Amino acid sequence: MTDERARANLQPLSLHVPEPRFRPGDPVDFADVAVPPVDAARRPDTAADPRSFHELAFGLVRVLELDGTAGGQWNPRLSPDQMRRMLRNMALTRAFDERMFRAQRQGKTSFYMKSLGEEAVSIGAAAALADDDMCFPSYRQQGILLSRGCPLVDMMNQIYSNRGDKLMGRQLPIMYSEKRFGFFSISGNLTTQYPQAVGWAMASAAKGDTRIAATWCGEGSTAEGDFHSACTFASVYRAPVIFNVVNNQWAISSFSGFAGAEATTFAARAIGYGIAGLRVDGNDALAVYAATQWAAERARTNGGPTLIEHFTYRAEGHSTSDDPTQYRSAGEPNAWPLGDPVVRLRDHLIALGEWDEERHAQMDRELAEEVRAAQKEAEKNGVLGHGMHQPFETMFEGVFEQTPWHLKEQQAQMIAERQAAGI
Amino acid sequence: MARMNMIQAINSALEVTMARDPDVIVMGEDVGYFGGVFRATAGLQAKYGKTRVFDTPITEIGIVGVAIGMGAYGLRPVPEIQFADYIYPALDQLVSEAARLRYRSAGDFTAPITVRSPYGGGIFGGQTHSQSPEGIFTHVSGIKTVIPSTPYDAKGLLIAAIEDNDPVLFLEPKRIYNGPFDGHYDRPSKNWGSHPAGEVPEDHYRVDLGTAATVRVGNDVTILAYGTMVHVALNTIEELGIDAEVIDLRTLVPLDIGAIEASVKKTGRCVIVHEATRTSGFGAELSALVQERCFHHLEAPVERVTGFDTPYPHSLEWAYFPGPVRIGEALKKVMKD
Repeated sequence: MTDERARANLQPLSLHVPEPRFRPGDPVDFADVAVPPVDAARRPDTAADPRSFHELAFGLVRVLELDGTAGGQWNPRLSPDQMRRMLRNMALTRAFDERMFRAQRQGKTSFYMKSLGEEAVSIGAAAALADDDMCFPSYRQQGILLSRGCPLVDMMNQIYSNRGDKLMGRQLPIMYSEKRFGFFSISGNLTTQYPQAVGWAMASAAKGDTRIAATWCGEGSTAEGDFHSACTFASVYRAPVIFNVVNNQWAISSFSGFAGAEATTFAARAIGYGIAGLRVDGNDALAVYAATQWAAERARTNGGPTLIEHFTYRAEGHSTSDDPTQYRSAGEPNAWPLGDPVVRLRDHLIALGEWDEERHAQMDRELAEEVRAAQKEAEKNGVLGHGMHQPFETMFEGVFEQTPWHLKEQQAQMIAERQAAGI
Repeated sequence: MARMNMIQAINSALEVTMARDPDVIVMGEDVGYFGGVFRATAGLQAKYGKTRVFDTPITEIGIVGVAIGMGAYGLRPVPEIQFADYIYPALDQLVSEAARLRYRSAGDFTAPITVRSPYGGGIFGGQTHSQSPEGIFTHVSGIKTVIPSTPYDAKGLLIAAIEDNDPVLFLEPKRIYNGPFDGHYDRPSKNWGSHPAGEVPEDHYRVDLGTAATVRVGNDVTILAYGTMVHVALNTIEELGIDAEVIDLRTLVPLDIGAIEASVKKTGRCVIVHEATRTSGFGAELSALVQERCFHHLEAPVERVTGFDTPYPHSLEWAYFPGPVRIGEALKKVMKD
């Protein structure tokens, strides 16, 4: 212990432990969340020096106003067809999530994670990337797979761990792996995909390829050491990679303050690494598209990496195993000042005279039917818990390229034990 | 053929595989311009350029994570971790990612990486330049663990590891980089100059993973060892005049169980020697396997001579190291029955 008398004239220290503004039962007021107008953010040259991104890392790149109009330097001026395609993919992601969430509640699978409210983050990025750019997603970018045309039945087969599951029932639901759609195998371990994406991008550059990599993590996961290592590597080698931080305000029950959001933005982390940093309205599909397109061009012209913070809100629980009413105010999702990404793009198209309520309702009906039909098809291959859908001996395969003796022995032992037990 | 020490043999393995396969790349702290703190990568950057041999930031998470991503792209990275004592920051990437990638993606993606790392004691390396962490990795399904004990094997095994499509941890016993250490720290050190396994082909050859080498045929007791301890064990039995059979495991996973089983069934006795700490070390697995498979042939309990269950001490190194005295006592004990 220290000498009490010698230190008696000093103020006692106090430990700051962050606390979210609203807990269950609290009224919600997001008035202090800055929503700058769409013309507030300048669009720099894609070769701009990373040191010049201060205001963009602390500001907010926006294209869509909440009234449905679009403007500003970042407006990507997409054709109505392109925007309708994005709208459809967002609505499809929402319909898919809704259906699979219900399937979990019906006991057809063990687990599911929705991306409600964050659809623009995946769909806007997927629309701006080339189809053969490699994505290293977290578990909440199912919109990329849907954008890239992955069959719904294949995704559902994985969720059900059934006979049609290409991952042979080995993986937790939603931990997809789809090399043919440039979608890297999802891991349960957070942010491990970040340095891997950098490595993929470095390999592409070393080989003189033209493809780039993009990766995603949540704001909570930026606290992992992998995030720091990935940013350092990407900066050092000017890797053609796009870092996406999906700041949805919540990491399960921890608000973003526990990842450092009280002191700075996540986009601002880029500045310290010498990486271009953009902070983007994550509920604005056109802003996400524009930022991704900008970062992709920067990467493709050897300008190096970009970190994009997507400022959004996790409108649902973390997963089917989570109950957000235990730790945050129920009023938050509806009070979120950046609105709903589907509604905002819909209203924009309507304002342009390129869409209407009736067509939107019709689209939703079609998508619900498409998802329902896919579900019916997938369930023909079985659902979780109704018997083992993969031959049990396959669990020993694929640990190594060739199965070594000790695994073959364990496999033979298991077969013998089950035969002896009559199962 | 040429005379090589283990460092030169490793350098030659890297050189040969890089010449044959443009997808082989070498990366790690100080491996590029400087050629590595142990000189294992000397000359490679000058020959193959900075995009194939490069220095990295000091982050083991990054080194292994980036290598995995390069492997997923289609390259064959050979990352170096400067000392095995510093591999722990990369543990998540090795255990959760490299080792699981093929399995969790059902072969969609693989991690054909070879992580090289100097390991083991006997050099006054103290707590963080002496450790033998192999048992941590042999416990992980999906990763292969390889440890050479001679220049000839180092080159052949490293080439086989790099060409293997599974992730391999390649641990290099730094005590014997320059010569076959016999356990007598107070005598002049030897070099590989006159050792038969210091004669190394200059071109491509492989020593298959998963195969042990019976380095001495004997009848009275089987010694299972790898790395530096192969030489310490060989010298000890020569000095004591014990007719032991010495098996150099070379690959811990997958293990050459056939060679072990045949030898112990012949001799009826088994002593396991490793530098790593005892509890839950790889010796425990070896002991269990011998007991399960050779029970009726055993004339005495299986003995383990290992590092003690303490951090690796600096000034007390030669009391800690499983040297000739400790191996000799264990051999006498199993031979008594």
